[in-house]
Amino acid sequence: MKSFLKKHKKYVWLAAYAILALLSFAIGFNPGKAVFTNFTQSFVEMITFVPFLFIIVGLFDVWVPKEKIQRHIGQESGVKGIVLVVLLAMLQAGPLYGAFPVAYMLYKKGASIRNIFIYLGAFSSLKIPMLGIEIGYLGIEFSLARTLVSLPLFIGIGYLMERYLKDKNFKISDGSQ
Amino acid sequence: MFKNVLLPFLNILILISLLLYIIPPSVISQYLGSGSGVLGFSIAALVGSVTLIPGFVSYPIAAGLIQQGASYAVVATFMTTLMMVGVVTLPLEIRYFGKTVAITRNALNFVAAVIIGLMVGIIL
Repeated sequence: MKSFLKKHKKYVWLAAYAILALLSFAIGFNPGKAVFTNFTQSFVEMITFVPFLFIIVGLFDVWVPKEKIQRHIGQESGVKGIVLVVLLAMLQAGPLYGAFPVAYMLYKKGASIRNIFIYLGAFSSLKIPMLGIEIGYLGIEFSLARTLVSLPLFIGIGYLMERYLKDKNFKISDGSQ
Repeated sequence: MFKNVLLPFLNILILISLLLYIIPPSVISQYLGSGSGVLGFSIAALVGSVTLIPGFVSYPIAAGLIQQGASYAVVATFMTTLMMVGVVTLPLEIRYFGKTVAITRNALNFVAAVIIGLMVGIIL
């Protein structure tokens, strides 16, 4: 029993959560039900978008040679590199944490630090599918104003992060540790 | 690769679900809808940074806030911090970028989000 627990220690939270959720439904404990409803909402968002991002990461890994990434969005890529990462981010969808694996892949393939952080910024709030929803709810003026103000700030953050991390031996891990 | 990170992802979702129970969208609406001054603005920035609400839930909330009379600055700040700053997802971000970089990115994005909120408020 002890060794079993030790071996599956990392699943403890998930298991406890699942059991408590089941219990809440069984005895009609409303706060528990509400918490689990929140979970399903976030889970739906994750499961619709994140596996798709992992497919992109996988395809990237196999199909796009490092030399190409380095040339187009690497250290010397300039304005064209910025345009490319912003476009790449805009064509994707999902929560920000789904972009971390993509950032890892970009890093592995030799994208510049600046472009990786510009990518994360653009991914966080310029994704076309999300812009569509935003325009629907808040109107085109709102989206346009927000987007146009955001973009230069993301680019600025990219430059700041690059400067800050210049000689810091910066690495991105694959997230499995 | 997806299998390796599925568990940390699920753990973060558990955290988010508990947090959203403590700070439910209805309470967020209540506080942000009425006060659009400095207090409303600060609450928007703070709550937006800490929580992580899926887009298809947060946009209806934002539209509701505007209807209730919240200013565009408050709504823009709330939406932008929601998207760009993730305190609750920090443990996950640290796995990829390391502690210092993850915190720095969030801090910079917080400042940017506040600027975006103010600018959008001025423009609209």
